[in-house]
Amino acid sequence: MIPGSFAYHRPASVDEAVALLGQFGEDGKVLAGGHSLIPMMKLRLATPEHLIDINGIGELKGIREEGGQLRIGAAATQADILASDLLANTCPLLPEAAALIADPQIRYCGTLGGNVANGDPGNDMPAVMMALAAIYALRGPGGAREVAARDFYHGTFDTALAENELLTEIRIPTPAPGHGASYQKMKRKVGDYATAAAAAVLSFDGDRCASAAVTLTNVGEAAIFVTEAGDALVGTAVDDTAVAEAAARAMALAAPVSDLRGPAEYRTQMAGEMARRAIRTAAARAKGG
Amino acid sequence: MSDIKEMSLEEREATLGGIGSARKRKEDARFIRGQGNYVDDIKLPGMVFGDFVRSAYAHAKIKSIDTEAALAVPGVMAVITAKDLEPLGLHWMPTLAGDVAAVLADKKVHFQNQEVAFVVGADRYAVSDGVQAVDVDYDELPVLVDPRKALDADAPILREDVQEKDNVGQGLRRHPNHIFHWEVGDKTATDAAFAAAAVTIKEEIGYPRNHPSPMETCGCVASMDATNGVLTVYGTFQAPHVIRTVVSLITGLSENNIRIVSPDVGGGFGNKVGAYPGYICAAAASIVTGLPVKWIESRMDNLSTTAFARDYHMTGELAADESGKITAIRANVLADHGAFNTHAQPMKWPAGFFNIVTGSYDVPVGHVEVDGVYTNKAPGGVAYRCSFRVTEAAYLIERLIDALAQKIGVDKAEIRFRNFIQPEQFPYDSCLGWEYDSGDYPTALKKALEAVDYEGLRREQKEKAAKGELMGIGIATFTEIVGAGPTRNCDIVGLGMFDSCEIRVHPTGSAIVRLGTKSQGQGHETTFAQIVATEIGLPSDAITVEEGDTDTAPYGLGTYGSRSTPVAGAACAIAARKIRAKAQKIAAHLLEVGEGDLEWEVDRFRVKGLPERAATMKDICMAAYSNLPEGMEPGLETTSYYDPPNFTYPFGAYVCVVDIDRFTGEIKVRRFYALDDCGTRINPMVIEGQVHGGLAEAFAIAMGQEIVFDELGNVMGASFLDYFIPTTVETPVWETDHTVTPSPHHPIGAKGVGESPNVGGVPAFTNAVVDAFAQHGVMHMPMPHTAWRVWQTIDELGLNK
Ligand SMILES: Cc1cc2nc3c(=O)[nH]c(=O)nc-3n(C[C@H](O)[C@H](O)[C@H](O)COP(=O)(O)OP(=O)(O)OC[C@H]3O[C@@H](n4cnc5c(N)ncnc54)[C@H](O)[C@@H]3O)c2cc1C
Repeated sequence: MIPGSFAYHRPASVDEAVALLGQFGEDGKVLAGGHSLIPMMKLRLATPEHLIDINGIGELKGIREEGGQLRIGAAATQADILASDLLANTCPLLPEAAALIADPQIRYCGTLGGNVANGDPGNDMPAVMMALAAIYALRGPGGAREVAARDFYHGTFDTALAENELLTEIRIPTPAPGHGASYQKMKRKVGDYATAAAAAVLSFDGDRCASAAVTLTNVGEAAIFVTEAGDALVGTAVDDTAVAEAAARAMALAAPVSDLRGPAEYRTQMAGEMARRAIRTAAARAKGG
Repeated sequence: MSDIKEMSLEEREATLGGIGSARKRKEDARFIRGQGNYVDDIKLPGMVFGDFVRSAYAHAKIKSIDTEAALAVPGVMAVITAKDLEPLGLHWMPTLAGDVAAVLADKKVHFQNQEVAFVVGADRYAVSDGVQAVDVDYDELPVLVDPRKALDADAPILREDVQEKDNVGQGLRRHPNHIFHWEVGDKTATDAAFAAAAVTIKEEIGYPRNHPSPMETCGCVASMDATNGVLTVYGTFQAPHVIRTVVSLITGLSENNIRIVSPDVGGGFGNKVGAYPGYICAAAASIVTGLPVKWIESRMDNLSTTAFARDYHMTGELAADESGKITAIRANVLADHGAFNTHAQPMKWPAGFFNIVTGSYDVPVGHVEVDGVYTNKAPGGVAYRCSFRVTEAAYLIERLIDALAQKIGVDKAEIRFRNFIQPEQFPYDSCLGWEYDSGDYPTALKKALEAVDYEGLRREQKEKAAKGELMGIGIATFTEIVGAGPTRNCDIVGLGMFDSCEIRVHPTGSAIVRLGTKSQGQGHETTFAQIVATEIGLPSDAITVEEGDTDTAPYGLGTYGSRSTPVAGAACAIAARKIRAKAQKIAAHLLEVGEGDLEWEVDRFRVKGLPERAATMKDICMAAYSNLPEGMEPGLETTSYYDPPNFTYPFGAYVCVVDIDRFTGEIKVRRFYALDDCGTRINPMVIEGQVHGGLAEAFAIAMGQEIVFDELGNVMGASFLDYFIPTTVETPVWETDHTVTPSPHHPIGAKGVGESPNVGGVPAFTNAVVDAFAQHGVMHMPMPHTAWRVWQTIDELGLNK
């Protein structure tokens, strides 16, 4: 449980960090909260030669609203998300999901950027980001680009992020007032990754569902955006039949592995159950306000 | 003179803080400030570090071990293998069960993560790099994971080193993978009772392999002083004196040249009773390098290699008449002991005290058979917060009696009342050989049922069932057997299982008390001081309790199996009484009366009939060093060795109420009521703490703790990511209660309590879970009751539609 040796760098700006990433290439690794990376290093599953600690970069912190987007610095912590009045008022799904991640100590260190860039299907924020149609701002030696969360994840530890790129900001279109959202996570204990989890974001036009996004955590090689589940809800009153159909479509896409949380069959069923609960809760919240 | 004299009797008693006082724990002042002194806090000058290269395979021949690259790592000083230990005779070590265990794998490995080589280096980083650099070449062998296949004719033979032996320490065996066969009871009479019975039930009840997982892992610092020839080992030892004797037997060092010290120990629960390769290798490395060597386990090492618990595969049967009165019990157990028989039980008891399986019930006849086998898993078989194999026995009988109730349609509380040993039957001789010292089971269960409004709960359960909701009520009325133990029944490596206490009273009225036990969080510094305070009338704040250093503590067998209070606590009281007897002589001298004219009152001797003439204990302490009767030796010191006449039999009545989510299988423990009877209560707050901790562990065991292996013998989930340690969020709220039935043979009537909640808690949880499904004909559900297992039952029954 002791990592191999490595060199440590603490850049003060994004430019400096990007330069270091360009210099070290695949031998360098960004260190954010360290709560995914350091355990991997202790097990010697990750053996980076250079760690580039981004915690000294002020521009990567902060949560604000600009141009109809919620803009969250990649190095904002889960605790920052939980403490933000702006998010509590405009996008309560984010603090709801953040509170289900690990425990308070880890949330003080773990960052949103690290959570979404990590590429582990167990991370909770990728599915939330997909449900909210978030966009990731990336910077590399070649310049800046944007990638939609829904296009970012290719497989386990396989993302659109290049090894010399830094994730600088997460941009979420500010959800319209009156939307309803919910993240439902089943886990064995505090600090556990999901047996299965689901996010739902719905909006209504009268009593008909106008838009719907349903996503799943930890039941596949990466978070899953279930387009078909959203389609099953739009235009309906989100009644039991529609919810059952959406959940069935979510289960159809779920492909979890069997592990100590349960056999694949069980985890698939739980993906359905979490989807049902998330959709129902999101609908109730939308109707309630 | 002393201000105590001015106080009322009640104030004087309160000042003592003796037996019955719920005073705060002395040791917590340092623990909650992070100022405990654990093994890993010990830093000796020049100290170096060691760690293991561990086997990737569960069963393989070692073709070669290449240490060249490791030795080239800067800071690495030595790599020790079995070949290096062989000339010292240290490559194998004897176990407490009469078997041998490999210190470092000798020609083959028997379980995954087994110790293969020990790398020594200047710091932990160098050692860790060195471990990575050792190259071991293996030839894989067929793996034996399932104990049910261990005795098959074509099973792979695991222990080639003992293949030819017909006895590996615990009697004759019948297969190279067989360790022992043990049976007790009257087979013929039991068979006859079953043949004649109106009702019989039979259930296969497994108790999965789990692990005590103390907060602090195992470790040591070994330091060989070559000049004086003294080996000092600081370590996480529950039984320091036993370790000293074992080290002496293994190394040939004379026992006076070995000093074993247990500093603060962060939990043991059975995990720290035995001797581990790390201790031997650290000592050998210290002898070789002449430097102190520290070895500290990682969490994964601890979970995957040091002593596990349970792994009992039981078949239990009850015979009964139509009313549910039990007429006979039969139990057949297959015990998986892993690769070496390192289980820690008194030597004569290969299956511990499993024959306490008749529980709290008056069972006329019974028969028990246990067979132990080797498998390609880590060795162990310790008592995880329970007396030896008692939790397995209690689980079996408490499950069987529920199944019997369901079979004949009698309420689960009622069937217990029909079968309880009655208060007037004590001392009670059980059909399987124990003499229960005391108990009052009906009173305890009645109190429990009233406290939880049992009838109301059953009504609610019916209403919920009608709506398709799952609610379960579990009862456990368990009896423990603790305080090992009478020398006639128990020994460890030939040593009688007595315990000891030395008291030295200082001139100004304070004292130091030393014991052969070793607290790992139980609060001995507080409770043993309370016993002495009451017995000799000095305030418990003025009494220091010290344990764990074999150079200063009297010889004792250590702390496990709830034995400290029944055995060392008794030694404490007896030693204190010897002090008081001498004090009485001194008081007679001071007051110029005959000894017989004095009577004891809280903290002084008074002259009978003349209460104002008294000598306080404080006065007597000074006199013991200054003003003695003619011919009396100065000082006020004594030692007592206590060999208990019998075990003690704590008991309890627990009720657990669960609600089960029929869509996810998740269990919510709505209520848990625990009534414990541990005889005289020394410190009610410490008891409550012990019960809370034990129940939390019982909850963990019942709901999630299992060391799982795949078919290749790979140990799965050996970290706290998977191995279930509940946090405060998951842990239910506990309601505690008590009755008091003192032990008739213990000097202060105390019985021990640390393990009762684990023994009684686990069946209460399972009984509640199964009870939720009883209406659907379910008789048993295997532990642990993880959400997916429960969901499978729900799904099979179609209750989630
Ligand atoms: C006990 C425990 C329980 C946990 N439970 C959960 C849980 O329930 N749900 C959950 O979602 N997570 C959980 N986690 C993980 C935790 O949330 C991590 O903090 C998170 O996954 C990673 O964020 P970090 O800031 O710690 O990133 P780090 O660990 O520092 O980095 C993670 C990876 O992302 C890369 N990275 C980080 N930031 C950037 C960036 N700005 N640009 C490019 N690459 C970057 C790193 O190079 C690394 O590869 C748990 C962790 C622990 C230890």
